[in-house]
Amino acid sequence: MSDTLVPFDEVVAKYDPALGLEVHVELNTNTKMFCGCPTEFGADPNTQVCPTCLGLPGAMPVVNGKAVEGAIRIGLALNCSIAEWCRFARKNYFYPDMPKNFQTSQYDEPIAFDGWLDVDVDGETFRVEIERAHMEEDTGKSTHVGGATGRIHGADYSLVDYNRAGIPLIEIVTRPILVPAEKAPAVARAYVAQLRDLIVALGVSDARMDQGSIRADVNLSLAPKGSTTLGTRSETKNVNSLRSVERAVRYEMSRHAGILDAGGKVLQETRHFHEDDGSTSSGREKSDAEDYRYFPEPDLVPVAPSREWVEELRATLPENPTQKRARLQEEYGFSDLEMRDVWASGALPLIEATVAEGTAPQSARKWWVADLLRRANDAGVELSEVGVTPKQVAEVQALVDAKTINDKLARQVFDGLIAGEGTAAEVIEKRGLALVSDDGPLLAAIDEALAAQPDIADKIRGGNHAAAGAVIGAVMKATRGQADAARVRELILEKLS
Amino acid sequence: MSELIRKTAAELADALAAGETTSVELTQVHLDRIAAVDGDAEAGVHAFLHVDAEGALVQAAESDARRAAGETRHLLDGVPIAVKDVLTTQGLPTTCGSKILEGWVPPYDATVVRKIKAAGLPILGKTNMDEFAMGSSTEHSAYGPTRNPWDQTRIPGGSGGGSAAAVAAFEAPLALGTDTGGSIRQPGAVTGTVGVKPTYGGVSRYGLVALANSLDQVGPVTRTVLDSALLHELIGGHDPLDSTSVDVPVGAYVEAARQGATGDLSGLRVGVIKELAGDGWQPGVMQRFAETVDLLKELGAEVTEVSCPTFVHAMATYYLILPAECSSNLAKFDAMRYGLRVVPDGDPSAEAVMKATRDAGFGDEVKRRIMIGTYALSSGYYDAYYGTAQKVRTLISRDFAAAFESVDVLVSPTSPTTAFPLGEKLDDPLAMYLQDLATIPANLAGVPGISVPAGLAEEDGLPVGFQVLAPALADDRLYRVGAAVEAALTSRWGGPILAKAPTLEGGR
Repeated sequence: MSDTLVPFDEVVAKYDPALGLEVHVELNTNTKMFCGCPTEFGADPNTQVCPTCLGLPGAMPVVNGKAVEGAIRIGLALNCSIAEWCRFARKNYFYPDMPKNFQTSQYDEPIAFDGWLDVDVDGETFRVEIERAHMEEDTGKSTHVGGATGRIHGADYSLVDYNRAGIPLIEIVTRPILVPAEKAPAVARAYVAQLRDLIVALGVSDARMDQGSIRADVNLSLAPKGSTTLGTRSETKNVNSLRSVERAVRYEMSRHAGILDAGGKVLQETRHFHEDDGSTSSGREKSDAEDYRYFPEPDLVPVAPSREWVEELRATLPENPTQKRARLQEEYGFSDLEMRDVWASGALPLIEATVAEGTAPQSARKWWVADLLRRANDAGVELSEVGVTPKQVAEVQALVDAKTINDKLARQVFDGLIAGEGTAAEVIEKRGLALVSDDGPLLAAIDEALAAQPDIADKIRGGNHAAAGAVIGAVMKATRGQADAARVRELILEKLS
Repeated sequence: MSELIRKTAAELADALAAGETTSVELTQVHLDRIAAVDGDAEAGVHAFLHVDAEGALVQAAESDARRAAGETRHLLDGVPIAVKDVLTTQGLPTTCGSKILEGWVPPYDATVVRKIKAAGLPILGKTNMDEFAMGSSTEHSAYGPTRNPWDQTRIPGGSGGGSAAAVAAFEAPLALGTDTGGSIRQPGAVTGTVGVKPTYGGVSRYGLVALANSLDQVGPVTRTVLDSALLHELIGGHDPLDSTSVDVPVGAYVEAARQGATGDLSGLRVGVIKELAGDGWQPGVMQRFAETVDLLKELGAEVTEVSCPTFVHAMATYYLILPAECSSNLAKFDAMRYGLRVVPDGDPSAEAVMKATRDAGFGDEVKRRIMIGTYALSSGYYDAYYGTAQKVRTLISRDFAAAFESVDVLVSPTSPTTAFPLGEKLDDPLAMYLQDLATIPANLAGVPGISVPAGLAEEDGLPVGFQVLAPALADDRLYRVGAAVEAALTSRWGGPILAKAPTLEGGR
């Protein structure tokens, strides 16, 4: 059944959305939430398991103090109150890769509650209220083998990997976010982006959306403009990129409006997001009959973080990324547009590190955002994994500044660095990339170019200095790019004045 | 029959130390006794579900070798022990008396099992129990009932009937049990043995397959108070794998037992719990109880009557909290990873396999409690049932706290009746539940309790238990009072009560 979608402009004209986001953050602790098993990503299936995370009869959980610390740090960074005393609860439901058939989570007693995060969208600030941030454990991972789609339907058998079972998760839940309809998709995206930046700054998670270490559930409902009651919400699960968050909100707004315009009733259900076309499809219907039978986990003692500890953690919080961003934009003199690109690409920490090596901010920005980002995108990796370090970028720029190479040659130096051909100096040496520093060959090339284009010489002599460009181009070609264009220009003008 | 099996664990430890016997000999005589009297589901005591003769003898030989080299690990090194089948044992089946775990061999040891192995006690085998520790008669075992060594037509108590019967029938000098609502103390009472439920958190629960996590506790089952003290000191203490285990040093239980055995209880304040006696209690039980209270007075204790008014609600509270926790605990038995798997005909779905397996693998009592617990936790009923039960639980703890302001220990009969005939209460769950009337409050409040033999009821000649309860972490008082009662009664009887039990068939 295909959805009837109302164009976004029409949705915006008729309805007000209520947005809610539940973001799961996988903490980067060395051990799991309730046992001492390692948490390394990508290990062979079922090699990081023990009786506790396998849920074997008799095994018992013990809370990981580092995970509690991570939860408190996230809570503090989100301006939350930290519970003086809280408990874990059992959330009882069946799930094939959940070995105990209950998830140990927090229910009515979260570790952090009542906070907020200010989200910037195009210079406008929206305050997103945080209802709670609570601790829980991740489930295992199923692989369905034999079917065409990789889904359980049609599969011959399923394999379960429990390595991920018991990895600590923090679930951050917003209150309904009431924003102008046209802003809803952008606010949703900006919230998740800013939350991710905060998590990165805290150092509590790898914060890789592509590896699922941050994933968002998008709740959305629509109500006719001016209505004070919330509509029925849908919950789009496990959206795993910033762009997808924005698209999911947009799609659900259009879909809900289609149902409401036709006089229909939106079902309260969970939905799957499809990366290929940005659509969502029905998961399972969520009814009131779903009953998790929560009760306090009797195998765990309550968590009671001392106020002294909480204050110690508060004192060590890093600078808020939003404030840091504003500060660095000011210091570096980046325009709003430049800063937006820097931010979106995740280049800011790399630029910061490059500047710390002595490079001018604009030069650092140019290399990371203009050149290296394209290479990272082509290779399908994060900018930080492109194969060049901030220190190397600083070295290359220093060589440009010293006129040993120019920008064009610098790109070839980066090629060599990525290919592992040694240091920048070694790459230049091996590839013969240094600029021609002797005027002799340049003058010869200039003469040759002028001889080939006598009318150009006349134009330059007549005061049209821009015409020198054609001669410079010819000289650069003749020297295979290893000429300093500025020096060539000087020589041309000297010669013809 | 070797006279060695009649000795207490402390005496066996002395005999080993004196070189009068070896661990291999001790282990062998107990294995022989098991072979002679234990029988099976059809006849015999049937205290054991799995006997590990080979493993026990290997452990015994290692113990003897250590002793020969002067490297004894513990006073009880070499003294064999039986373990309730609810505790995980690496390489040895653990079924919890249930079909659903038939054939499951855990890959890890419970902490208490690890401790007794580390101390060098050979493990004779795993003892029978009510399925997942649900019951007061060991008739709910999926593998057939255990029979009371005093009268094999009668129940040995439950759920730890196997451990108590093994000790009472001289098949093992020591056993480990677990007590969720009385499963160590009530079987102790009806088999004439000593059973201790330590303070909640005093002994690690890691590897104890949970019935109700907030109530369960591992404890000793022995023939003397001193033996319980020895075993309790061995298994007690903080365990980093169990966050509910308390991080305080293990008490001086052996010393308390030795001190109590001198028979001086002067200055001890004893409270008789008014609510745990009277109408509905078997006259012979009440008579032995009254005599024991008089005995305490003779030994110098000040006895008063105290009231714990909320104890009358303990049973109802227990039967909401316990099923709630167990309904959650037992959800993991999904036929997918271990234990039983029943696959219906055709091309069944995972759900159908799970359903068929649970249908075949869980007994009626287990199913009953899963349903009650699921109901009690469900939204809309949580506050009325589970939530209210937790509030009453707090009130029961307050009753204890108030009582312990005026007395050092509380006493009552352990069980309202002596051992009843097999089958008598099997179809009447509520009548069965009443067996634990006197023992349940201690589990709800987390306080420790002991049951010591108080003699035989006149009307049926069967053992009666005397219960002593102490404040949390004051387990040493149980040993002091228990040992005093034991010493006085043993001299009055002219020997241990178990000497009056019938000699079972077999032996050598």
